[in-house]
Amino acid sequence: MKLDKKEVKKIANLARLELTDKELEIYGPQLSDVLSYIDQLQEVDVTNIEPTAQVTGLENVMRDDEVEEWPNDEVESALGQAPEREGKYIKVKRVL
Amino acid sequence: MKLNELTIKQAREGLDKKEFTSIELTVACLDVIKKENKKINAVLTVCEKEALEEAKKADERIARGEISELTGIPYLAKDNYLTKGVRMTAASKILENYIAPYDATVIKKLREAGAVLLGKTNLDEFAHGGSTENSAFGVTKNPHDLARVAGGSSGGSAAAVAANMCIFSLGSDTGGSIRCPASYCGTVGLKPTYGRASRFGIVAMTSSTDVPGPLTKTVEDASIVQRAISGHDKNDFTTTKEPIGNYTDKIKKDIKGLKIGVPKDFFVDGMNKDIEKSVRDAIKKLKDQGADIIDISLPHTKYALAVYYIITPSEISSNLGKFDGIRYGLSEQKDAKDLNDIYFKTRGKGFGAETKRRIMLGTYTLSAGYYDAYYLQAQKVRTKIIKEFDQVFDKVDVLITPSTPNIAFKIGDRKDPLSMYLEDIFTLSPSLAGLPAMSVPCGIVDNMPVGVQVIGKKFDEGTVLRVANSITP
Repeated sequence: MKLDKKEVKKIANLARLELTDKELEIYGPQLSDVLSYIDQLQEVDVTNIEPTAQVTGLENVMRDDEVEEWPNDEVESALGQAPEREGKYIKVKRVL
Repeated sequence: MKLNELTIKQAREGLDKKEFTSIELTVACLDVIKKENKKINAVLTVCEKEALEEAKKADERIARGEISELTGIPYLAKDNYLTKGVRMTAASKILENYIAPYDATVIKKLREAGAVLLGKTNLDEFAHGGSTENSAFGVTKNPHDLARVAGGSSGGSAAAVAANMCIFSLGSDTGGSIRCPASYCGTVGLKPTYGRASRFGIVAMTSSTDVPGPLTKTVEDASIVQRAISGHDKNDFTTTKEPIGNYTDKIKKDIKGLKIGVPKDFFVDGMNKDIEKSVRDAIKKLKDQGADIIDISLPHTKYALAVYYIITPSEISSNLGKFDGIRYGLSEQKDAKDLNDIYFKTRGKGFGAETKRRIMLGTYTLSAGYYDAYYLQAQKVRTKIIKEFDQVFDKVDVLITPSTPNIAFKIGDRKDPLSMYLEDIFTLSPSLAGLPAMSVPCGIVDNMPVGVQVIGKKFDEGTVLRVANSITP
C-alpha cells in the first residue's frame, strides 16, 4: 500500500491534525513502509477464528450507575486547567 | 555502600534498625539526581519539598511501628502516572503544564504504604517508542554509556534505577516498555499479567495491553513492589480479583523439576550472537539447578509485530482523541477561526512526530473500508497467538527468551520507524496475550548489559519471579 500526499492529507484531516507541507512529504513513505510490513497478516489463515476482545477472560463487568462524590479541590484543579471557564462550565467557541 | 545504592530489602533493614532515617535516604537520592541528571536526563520533575515532607511522615510512622514493606522508601514514577498536585507531561508538549488533579490508584497505594515519591521520569512521548528519543524534553542517556539510548518507553525509570537515583521506580509496559529499558540498562523489570494492577490515573496508550509495573535492582525488590501495587480497583474494570500470591516467599523455592520452554522462534537470524550466548548460558544455569529444559515452537510469533502495529495505533488514535485543546493541556484557541480549527492547531502543534505517525496509522487502519482488512484481521491473528501460548503452557511452566535482539543502540542510530519497531520483536507477543513477563540481567556484551526474558502463565507472576531469581546471582 503506497500513500501519496493527498491520502496522507485525508488521514490527517480525519485525525484532526494540522500538518506542514514538510510533514506531509515525510509521512507518506514512512506510513507506506509500515503498511506494507503489516500486509503480511493477509497470508494467515483465520477461518473460523474469533477476533480477540479481552485477554484475561472477563465478561460484562457491571456496576450501579450512581453519582460518586469527588473531592472539591480535585474538581477545582481539573476544571481550572481549561483555557476558558464560567463557573462549573468550560467555555468553547460556538459549535453551529 | 552509599544509601542511594541500597535495594528495597537493604533499605528496609536499615530503616527498621534505625541505622538511618527515611529523610537521610531521600536526601541521598535527591543529591544524586541533582548531580547526575544533567548528564542522563532521566528525571523530568523533582518533587524535593513534597518528598522531604513524605520522608518526615514516614520516619514518624516508623517510630510508631506502623511499618509496611515500603514505608520510607524513595521511588520515582514514570511521567505518565498522575500524582496529585504535581506536573504530569507524558513527555509531550501538549501536556507541558498539566497539573495532575488526583493520584493514580497505584500511586495512592504506594502513598498509603508510606513510600516517598521523589519525582517523575522521562519517557517516549505518550510511551510511543523504544528508546526515549521521542520525548519532547530530550533523550534519556544510558548510564552505562552516555552515547547510547536507555531504551523505552520507560527509559527514564530504568536509567534512574541503574544510576541509583532512587531505590526503585515505576514504569508502564504496553509492548515491552518496561522490559526493553530494563534490559538495556541492566536492571530488573516486571510486566505483570494484564489487569493485575490498576491503570486508573495512568495516561492511556493501548488500553488492551497497558500495565503498570516495577523497575528494580533485584528480583526480590520487584516482588515487593508488585505485591504492593496489585489488586482489583473499582475504577479499572479490567483489574482482576485473582488472589495475589506472597511472591517474596515463593521466589525462594528451588526450581527442581520445573519445566522451562525455549521457543526456537525467539532465536532469530540476525540477532546478536553474543546476546544469544548470554541467554543460552542463563538457560544452562537453570538446567544445572534441576529444571527440565524443553524445546518448543511458537510459529505465529513472527506475526506479533504486524499485529501490534495495527492494534496499538488503532487504540492510540482513539485514546488520544481526548486531546482537543478545550479542557486541559495546550490550547491554540487564540488564532483559531472556529472550534474545529482549535482541534487541528492544538494537535498539530502539541503532538510530536511519532505520536502523529501512530495516530494517523490508527486512523487509517480503523477507517471505513480498511477496518476488516487491518483491525479485524489483526485481532483474529492475535487469537491465534494467544491459543499457541495456551497450548505451550499445557506443557511448560515458563518460557525463556532474549529480552531484546541487540544491546542498547547509539542515540540517533534507528532513523526509520520500522527499524525501531523491530527492536521490540521479543516483548510484543506476551503483551498481546496479556501474560506476565520480566527482564533480568544475564550478562555483558560489548560492555553493555544484556537481559533475558521470562514469560509465565496468566496470573502466575510467582513462578516468573522464582525463575528470574534463579538466573540472577
